[in-house]
Amino acid sequence: MPRREIVALAIAAFVVAVVLPICNTLPAGSPLAVSNFTLNLFGKFLTYAILALGLDLLWGYAGVLSLGHGVFFGLGAYAMGMHLMLEIGSKSVYQSSLPDFMVWNQVKTLPLFWWPFHSGAFTVLAIMLVPALFGFAFGYLAFRSRIRGVYFSIITQALALSAWLVFNRNEMNLGGTNGLADFKTIFGFPLNQPRTQRALYVVTALALIGAYLLCRWITLTRAGKVLVAIRDSETRVLFSGYSPAAYKLFVFVVSAVLAGVAGALYAPQVGIITPAKIGVLPSIEMVVWVAAGGRGTLYGAVLGAFGVNWIQSWLTTSYPDFWLLFLGGLFMGAVLFFPDGIVGALGRLGTRVRRIVSRRTDPAVSTPSVSLGRPTP
Amino acid sequence: MISRLSVLLSLVVWLAAGAAGHAAAAPAPSPEVAAALTDLTGEDADKREAAVNVLGKTRDPRWIQFLSALRDGSVYARTRAGKTELVVGGSKATKGDQDIIDIAGAYDREPLGTVALSDLKELPADRRLRLAIKPFLDADETQAQLADPDPNVRRGAAVKLGNQAAAGTAPVVEAALKKESDRWVHHALAEALALIHLANFTGAERAQAARTLGGLHSESAVPALQRLAGDGSASADERAAASAAIRRIERWGLLTRTVETLFQGASLGSILLLMALGLAVVFGLMGVINMAHGELMALGAYATFVVQNWFRATWPAYFDSYFLVALPVSFLVAAAVGLVLERGVIRLLYGRPLETLLLTWGASLIIQQALRLWFGAANVDVSSPSWLSGGVPVMVGLTLPYNRVFIIGLAAVSVAAMYWLLFRTRAGLRIRAVTQNRAMSSCLGVRAGVVDATTFAFGAGLAGLAGCALTQIGNVGPSLGQNYIVDSFMVVVTGGVGKLAGTILASAGLGGLTKGIEPALGAVFGKVAILVGVILFLQRRPAGLFATRGRNAEA
Repeated sequence: MPRREIVALAIAAFVVAVVLPICNTLPAGSPLAVSNFTLNLFGKFLTYAILALGLDLLWGYAGVLSLGHGVFFGLGAYAMGMHLMLEIGSKSVYQSSLPDFMVWNQVKTLPLFWWPFHSGAFTVLAIMLVPALFGFAFGYLAFRSRIRGVYFSIITQALALSAWLVFNRNEMNLGGTNGLADFKTIFGFPLNQPRTQRALYVVTALALIGAYLLCRWITLTRAGKVLVAIRDSETRVLFSGYSPAAYKLFVFVVSAVLAGVAGALYAPQVGIITPAKIGVLPSIEMVVWVAAGGRGTLYGAVLGAFGVNWIQSWLTTSYPDFWLLFLGGLFMGAVLFFPDGIVGALGRLGTRVRRIVSRRTDPAVSTPSVSLGRPTP
Repeated sequence: MISRLSVLLSLVVWLAAGAAGHAAAAPAPSPEVAAALTDLTGEDADKREAAVNVLGKTRDPRWIQFLSALRDGSVYARTRAGKTELVVGGSKATKGDQDIIDIAGAYDREPLGTVALSDLKELPADRRLRLAIKPFLDADETQAQLADPDPNVRRGAAVKLGNQAAAGTAPVVEAALKKESDRWVHHALAEALALIHLANFTGAERAQAARTLGGLHSESAVPALQRLAGDGSASADERAAASAAIRRIERWGLLTRTVETLFQGASLGSILLLMALGLAVVFGLMGVINMAHGELMALGAYATFVVQNWFRATWPAYFDSYFLVALPVSFLVAAAVGLVLERGVIRLLYGRPLETLLLTWGASLIIQQALRLWFGAANVDVSSPSWLSGGVPVMVGLTLPYNRVFIIGLAAVSVAAMYWLLFRTRAGLRIRAVTQNRAMSSCLGVRAGVVDATTFAFGAGLAGLAGCALTQIGNVGPSLGQNYIVDSFMVVVTGGVGKLAGTILASAGLGGLTKGIEPALGAVFGKVAILVGVILFLQRRPAGLFATRGRNAEA
């Protein structure tokens, strides 16, 4: 990694993971105070950013556009949610050891697949393993038969639709349309306390930093170079003796795990997980975070997840009618006018400024650093 | 001479019989009825109810009319010369300080002049009495329906009589059966008659009724037949006949269900085909999946809605023909929007299919939200023209709705038009040329941009047409397109690129498969099974049913 990036990363990590939580502990009147609400909102954005990193690795580097990442997000979130539901125990509304929705649905005994989620360790494992296994099975079938490009995107969209339909069913014993909610504690800490939420926020921030480092490391290895090569010309990579399917599968599984972790951190902070986070629209919204932020630059994905969601939380409260119009416009604008996202646009602006400055001092002109890569014709 | 005499004789006999018939209507009612009329004026509720039953069971239309008047509270008792008689009241008026009323005879409705209301005593009709009257009036209404000119009404009445299976209705049904010319009403009447016999006869006649019902494949007779088959008091012959009939009906039910499932599959398949045709041609030509296709469909549906409202407001007399106008209008509206979309933005992204996918998704969100802001988020009401409501009965127990038949027809016409366009016109030749090799076609003077634009507009128009057709079978709302769009993508992916046959086969296959496994797995898991099936299918044929081979395969 270049030194400049390390410095920038360290500063950003320090601000997000240390400064903000400290500001949150300041009394409400202080000018630097960050309210519990804002910190919670940021925590949600951070989980989105983790997911966006994985999506960027998959799309921006390997050129595989998944329109079904909401499913992996949901798998992680539901795994965590199931553990939290079981942690409520008999403190629920119906004072039954079963989750409330099972009491409504006349389920008498805890379904078998819920049992292991009593264990916290198993839950943490499942958060990563379930999306990984599911992603592996799906990716193996898809990549092995060389389903790619638009075909792959369409299939993943159908996956999102089916998963949404299935999670909505009451007989899956996953809470149906209402999903899982009303969590009380996480690993014994009460969720309604600001301290717990702060700790969750810090954990999320650290997870994001870890995810960023992981993704960055992958892009720096030889495998990362092969991924970019696959994006730019898969056929040539195949003929050079590499197996594009294996590389794509690897990166697909990594991004599925990141999405699962993001979901698991999302559930306790937002306090609810419903099938509405899984479907076709949320899944494709995740793609626009990456597109708006800038593909192929991991920090672009993080910025995009932050920026788009910030605008969303502002628009949906102030002008709810215009959110979808804006989102549609963002899709079109990001593709037409900012193919390399905010990061690319800023980069170009910076280059231009530098060019004007350097024209006075040095005739050498730097070229834009962001390369999108030529899509396969 | 003899023959002339016999004619004369028969004429005389006929006249005498007619006169006798008239004479029979006039005289005093039978003692039973007379007693009932006396009971009606009394206070005893049980006796009054029994009296209603006596009058009703005469099945005399005049007594039924009398009961109807009694229910409405317009029957009065008057005492004249020490004798109480019942009259039916007509219009009331006020003369001086007295209320007066026209009265008529209870049975013959001969006008009996106008009397003061105070001279009459109203016969109260409490709830219990009204309830006792109702079945007779209903039965009368059903019988009147048996003579209705509309076969559907006659058929409904026959089914109702069969379900009631009252012994007294048998002669009525028999009489109607002799006169009936419509095949399906005739069948319903025969079924009703057999049901009545089954419920009221015993012995050999009941066995015969069971056999008849079996022959008629009467689904509604199964419970009664099952009771008979398990009835220990019935003879062995009867029980055997009932069991045989049940088996026969069940076999027939299996057949109708199979045919129905096939039809539903064809119906769903043709909807998918209508949607996928436009998608597939554009995909083959430009490598672009148009995510806004569903919203173009919604546009077509809303165009139909607007045309309908316009007809309703301007030419209500020609309302039924609005749909014929809506079909081309919805095509043109969607095609125009498609053209704007292609020329405006999509052409800028040529050769970048994933970006185009996102772009068209953005466009779909904007169109969807615009529709929501303009027409409201709630579903709008599109009523079917009368020639598309109802259905054509094809076999016992199976009626195919006209709207579904229409959609199958529309899909067939669209496919034929598509084939003609692609293989019989110069424009089609150009489309095929650009699909096969864009660069080479351009070199040879085909203006690829124009071909793209027209094809995209045509595909969009087909989406509009599909939307127009969908108004006849489903709800019209801003998210109309979302419900089918993923399925039609699956059709395109399964069918493969560049061959119409692939699209047709895939939509027929997916439509049939969906309807085939839905009864076993339910709608949701059926859909999941289809997805798994498609993924597994793509293992064998990664590029769909009809893959492009050779040099053009790896683009």
